[in-house]
Amino acid sequence: MIPVECYFALSAILFFIGVYGFTTRRNLIAMLISVELILNAVDINFAAINRLLYPNGNEGMFMTLFVIGVAAAESAVAISIIINVYRKFKSDSVDAIKNLKR
Amino acid sequence: MANIVMFIILAVFIIVSALMCVATTRIVRAATFMLFVLLGVAGIYFLLDYTFLGAAQIAVYAGGVTMVFVFAIQLVSKRALQGLEKRVKLGTMAVGALCALAGLAVVSLILLKAGFYTQEIANVEVPMKEIGTALVGSGKYQYVLPFEFISVFLLACIIGGLVVARKEEEA
Repeated sequence: MIPVECYFALSAILFFIGVYGFTTRRNLIAMLISVELILNAVDINFAAINRLLYPNGNEGMFMTLFVIGVAAAESAVAISIIINVYRKFKSDSVDAIKNLKR
Repeated sequence: MANIVMFIILAVFIIVSALMCVATTRIVRAATFMLFVLLGVAGIYFLLDYTFLGAAQIAVYAGGVTMVFVFAIQLVSKRALQGLEKRVKLGTMAVGALCALAGLAVVSLILLKAGFYTQEIANVEVPMKEIGTALVGSGKYQYVLPFEFISVFLLACIIGGLVVARKEEEA
């Protein structure tokens, strides 16, 4: 029987690794990858709380399912924006984007 | 006992992959390590007996999102692909590490202060029929509204992605 704190510790570590990546990376796609790490940490929390603390319901599971769907849509739109930014500025670094519309 | 061993293996796998993902300078390697993290999280779902959730995680993330990332990297990051991306400055790295460690300390303190009562659960997965009826039912604890919202949202994202990424014609 794994105590629920282990899952919380794992997801907290994963979350703050994602935060570290998001603050240090200067590449747009690498920042998006860090956001995916953060979203997965939150998903682990939802699933673990639902399973180990409130096993009679399924709310956490469905919330995780919807988070997965929204994350997929979000990364698709973000990548289309990044491609457009690359086409305009010829760079994929955040420092290159001084203003969004020239 | 087997559960604990599996959890430790998965946790070490996830954390090491995540660290490599944010530490490497090659962008394709970062995407590959992100794929490893996503597979490890799917393993956590299987460990929690959420079989459908693990399958959805692998199908959507490993099948969809990682492919999108790899295509975007091929389209965008010529310099980063050749390993010419300059290394992160030491000051930025220190500030980021400080932020992450401070946040981790706060969260750990809160988790230690709050007592959780882990329930003994039988190792049964949620039956597929229950998931299906809950997903498209309109009663209490059923989720047809968010389900339909997600489908409209995905449609809006497809159209928005096309509008943003298409070539603008010269006007």
